[in-house]
Amino acid sequence: MSVNLTLLAVMGALYACGIYLILERSLTRVLLGLMLLANATNLLILATGGYAGLAPIFDKDTPAEDYNDPLPQALILTSIVISFAVTAFMLGIIYRTWVLARQDEIQDDAEDRRVAETPSFDAEDDSVIPVETSEFPLAMVGSDGAGTNGTAAVMSGGRPMRADKAASEEQPGSLNVDPRPEGGEE
Amino acid sequence: MITVLAVHFAVAAVAPLLFRKFGRNSFFALAAVPAASFVWLLLQHDAVYTDGAITEVVPWIPGLQLDLAFRMDALAWVMSLLVLGVGALVLVYCARYFENKDDYLGGFGAQLLAFAGAMFGLVTADDLLLMFIFWELTTVLSYLLIGYARTRLSARRSALQALVVTTAGGLAMLVGLIILGATAGTYRIQAILDQAPALVAGPAGGAVNAAVVLILIGAITKSALVPFHFWLPGAMAAPTPVSAYLHAAAMVKAGIYLVARLAPGFAETPPWLPIVLGLGLATMLVGGYRALRQTDIKLILAYGTVSQLGFMTMVVGLGTPEAALAGLAFLLAHGLFKATLFLVVGIIDHQAGTRDIRELSGVYGSARALAIVAAIGAASMAGVPPLAGYVAKESVFEAFIEYTSASGTGPWLLGGVVLGSILTFAYSARFMWGAFAFKPGVEPTDFKPVKPAFLAAPAILSLLTVLYGLWPAPVDGWIQPYAELFVDGSESSPGHLALWHGLTPALGLTAVTFVLGLAMFYGRNAVARLQALVPGWIDSDRAYQNTIGALDDTAVWITGRTQRGSLFFYLSVILTVAFVLPLTALLLANKPLPDGLYFIDPGAPLQLVAGAGIVIGALAAVRANKRFLAVLMVSVTGYGIAMMFALQGAPDLALTQMLVETIILVAFVLAMRSLPPGLRDRTGGKYRVIRVVIGLAFGVTMIFVAIYALGARVATPVSLQFPQLAYEGGGGLNVVNVTLVDIRAWDTFGEISVLALAATGVASLIFVRGRGDRIRTSATVAEGTVGRRTGARGSTRDDAALAMSRRFAAATSDAWLVAGRTLAPERRSIIFEVVTRLIFHSIIVFSLYLLLAGHNLPGGGFAGGLTAGLALTIRYLAGGRFELREATPVGAGTLLGIGLATAAAAGMTPLLLGGQVFQSAIVELWLPVFGDIKFVTSTIFDIGVYIVVVGLALDVLRSLGAEIDEHFEEPAEPSEDEDSGRIPAEATVEADAETTSKGRT
Repeated sequence: MSVNLTLLAVMGALYACGIYLILERSLTRVLLGLMLLANATNLLILATGGYAGLAPIFDKDTPAEDYNDPLPQALILTSIVISFAVTAFMLGIIYRTWVLARQDEIQDDAEDRRVAETPSFDAEDDSVIPVETSEFPLAMVGSDGAGTNGTAAVMSGGRPMRADKAASEEQPGSLNVDPRPEGGEE
Repeated sequence: MITVLAVHFAVAAVAPLLFRKFGRNSFFALAAVPAASFVWLLLQHDAVYTDGAITEVVPWIPGLQLDLAFRMDALAWVMSLLVLGVGALVLVYCARYFENKDDYLGGFGAQLLAFAGAMFGLVTADDLLLMFIFWELTTVLSYLLIGYARTRLSARRSALQALVVTTAGGLAMLVGLIILGATAGTYRIQAILDQAPALVAGPAGGAVNAAVVLILIGAITKSALVPFHFWLPGAMAAPTPVSAYLHAAAMVKAGIYLVARLAPGFAETPPWLPIVLGLGLATMLVGGYRALRQTDIKLILAYGTVSQLGFMTMVVGLGTPEAALAGLAFLLAHGLFKATLFLVVGIIDHQAGTRDIRELSGVYGSARALAIVAAIGAASMAGVPPLAGYVAKESVFEAFIEYTSASGTGPWLLGGVVLGSILTFAYSARFMWGAFAFKPGVEPTDFKPVKPAFLAAPAILSLLTVLYGLWPAPVDGWIQPYAELFVDGSESSPGHLALWHGLTPALGLTAVTFVLGLAMFYGRNAVARLQALVPGWIDSDRAYQNTIGALDDTAVWITGRTQRGSLFFYLSVILTVAFVLPLTALLLANKPLPDGLYFIDPGAPLQLVAGAGIVIGALAAVRANKRFLAVLMVSVTGYGIAMMFALQGAPDLALTQMLVETIILVAFVLAMRSLPPGLRDRTGGKYRVIRVVIGLAFGVTMIFVAIYALGARVATPVSLQFPQLAYEGGGGLNVVNVTLVDIRAWDTFGEISVLALAATGVASLIFVRGRGDRIRTSATVAEGTVGRRTGARGSTRDDAALAMSRRFAAATSDAWLVAGRTLAPERRSIIFEVVTRLIFHSIIVFSLYLLLAGHNLPGGGFAGGLTAGLALTIRYLAGGRFELREATPVGAGTLLGIGLATAAAAGMTPLLLGGQVFQSAIVELWLPVFGDIKFVTSTIFDIGVYIVVVGLALDVLRSLGAEIDEHFEEPAEPSEDEDSGRIPAEATVEADAETTSKGRT
């Protein structure tokens, strides 16, 4: 097959310039880089069509080999219009970024950096679980003799409450976080 | 069977409603489901045991050979007894264990019932994949049940731990199941077991071995065998009824069931016995040893279950008829006594508020009935006659005694089993003592009386334990068919369960167990001291925590190294890979350059010139430090490319590229009006070097990749047929256009969809709310109000110019453009307006010509649409945004919709007429003025394309042009918060209305 080095050389130059531009922080330059890349790719597709030829307008006396290959042309036509749409969309993004943040710059994602600094200790996974010997922990206060007079404070569902109140709140699991007991019964 | 399953899940689905209405008594209603199923199961006894099995098959996914296949044989029947019976009793027990005021009871009840259903499905499924689905269902439901106390850290963490461990095993198992199913050619369990001997001995024996190992990993994790035993004691953070069900009849029994199910076929495979016996024995000893160290009675039971699970796995997996009989017998006995004991623990916890044996004292005095029930359970666990546990354990001893003669490891196994039984006896006694005994020095526990309804469930279970022990014949009958599966022609029968076998070696071993067990119990202080001396053994739980922690840390480390949040970094990595890999491949392949390379195309020598222009433009774009200069330079490359297309022989491309470049240039200028003119290069220094290197390397790589790829082509291009195809099939001379609208119409349809999306995206980005189809007609706008400049007062020269232009504007009696009068006088260009007026319609007509002629000449929907877009652009630039509104009474969104609909209709109509999608027809007709017309239906599709492209251009103009105009004109108001009806010019309308006497044209 034929390989048109001129087309390919121009394509390479466009790729190089395009890549250089999209590796930039300025959104405008990234967009310009994308446009150059699109142009480069169109040239690449064009090069697959081989030698320059006649415009592919059918004439029954012309053999098919004399036309420039119509298939890459159809692909490029699609590519050109799509590139236009993408460019318009990017312009919209650039304008909106400018309106919102007054800058034409690609910011680093702070969330990503925060994730990278996640400490290895995670309270949910690594904190020490206190030994629990009952699903009804509040009644425990009575069993060892202390707190049965109703004045001892215990921690229940993360809140302190009087032991007798808490003990009456006998529930399986730790569902004694019912919001009612503190306010309702005093 | 399917009905039973369906009822379980259906009632589970409505359970929350029941609970909302009836509170905790709804548990009785839920219990009715497994109870009724239990009765049904008893009625099926004759059918199952006379016919061997009952089966039900409903096709589900035929393509995957996946059916809802269920089969109830002896093993499934016995397992179902346990699952449904214990399930019903546990649900009854729940009705008194929980209080009405407990939260989330509805969800809890539903999960527990669904859990029973899933277990039933698991033991009756006759399809490996179906069984796996139920297997994972029990995993997920157990996660929810263990995590019931969601506000408690221990519950959350142990639920997650159980989930992670069992799911990991489940995944391994899934691979094993698929290997097994693929090797056997069927996923039906019974069919696989039937051909198991052939499979094991056949050429695929290695694959079967691997499958067996993987499946056993699933069973080991599920049944909490060493080294995964830690999750089960952790899971006792679940409410006690859940623990009872989990430990006695469900979840952990699933692993035992799987071993029992596969043992008849695969116990002979090489990896089977080492895994089953080795891990089983280790688990039995570790569990028993650790049970003796616990001070929480629930933990004593939990480690006891671990121990018993190891025991059961050994027996069930041994693969002899005696062991099969003994294994299932023990499985049933264990289900009965372990459920009893857990339910008793729940009652103690509920009434006393603690499970700590150092705090419990004298419970026997307060609750005798409870103590008797517990004693029966514990005695059965210890293997005391005449209870179920004794009968079962006796037969286990016999099975292992039998096995000593069959294998060299037999005596060791027997010794291990006896040692495990001694530990079992010791911790059973410790449990009873810890829970009920009066302990000197400990104040008697304040124990509320136990209501009969609360005690009913464990009492029934203990009654069954006694019955089973005294009269084991029915159980024996249930299990015999399963045990006979293991009988080869030569071997003896599996024997029978009995309370009294005579003076056998097994009885002697039982006696030894009792004596040593009692000794361990009475010497418990010495045992505890001894255990305290043993240094911290390998703690699997800590190993699990460390593994998970290391996994987390690794994940964070890798994420931190790769996800840096910098686009530059990501692109650099991606692009570097993109050139390094192909370049390496090219260098390694070391192929000579292909033939056919040429620099100057003889047909188009001017390409060198165009190419030089393009390269210069690109380099200038890179170097440019002014925004618009850079844009202009990119446009230069674009126009250069258009020239390249023309030289290559592609007039359509050249035309389209020209039009697009022009519109893009306008769009750029419109969008970037407000941005600062300077374009600083912000990534300097070493980063610039990196960018240059990556850019050059990528460009060079692409050149060589292209050379080799083009040189590698050998086949005749498919497109050689296109001209003929286009003319005869598509009825058009322009091959490219016919390709777009006919040969590759699907592509084009996808493309215009993308265009519509992008257009909507642009509009959304700029308008934020809505699509912007809201610009008023020019008739409602006072003249000279749009874009009025107010800052020019200070300069006399500007003043003079302004005054002059105002006078001219006022003198114009007839506007060249409808909305021209709305523009501020200083914004108007009369020449531009006049020219626009002159050429607008011509351009539109030209665009229509391009559209219609495109089938035979350069042009087509894209070029036509873009031309029309240019016409609109000119009109907008000349007459402002109200002119744009006048030019297009139809909104951009409507245009896009009409265009897509037209294209879709063009594609679909042939289908209705009996053709294929996008098939085109050629209609030849005669029209009065035009003469003979050859109309191809694909032109309708092209019209759709045209309309979509016009819609896109209009959206760009309205968004980047008109709407940004408005943002400019009223800087005081935040641009994105405008109300839909208001326009910035409005503020000045009233003021101007007074000074301007002239009405609208």
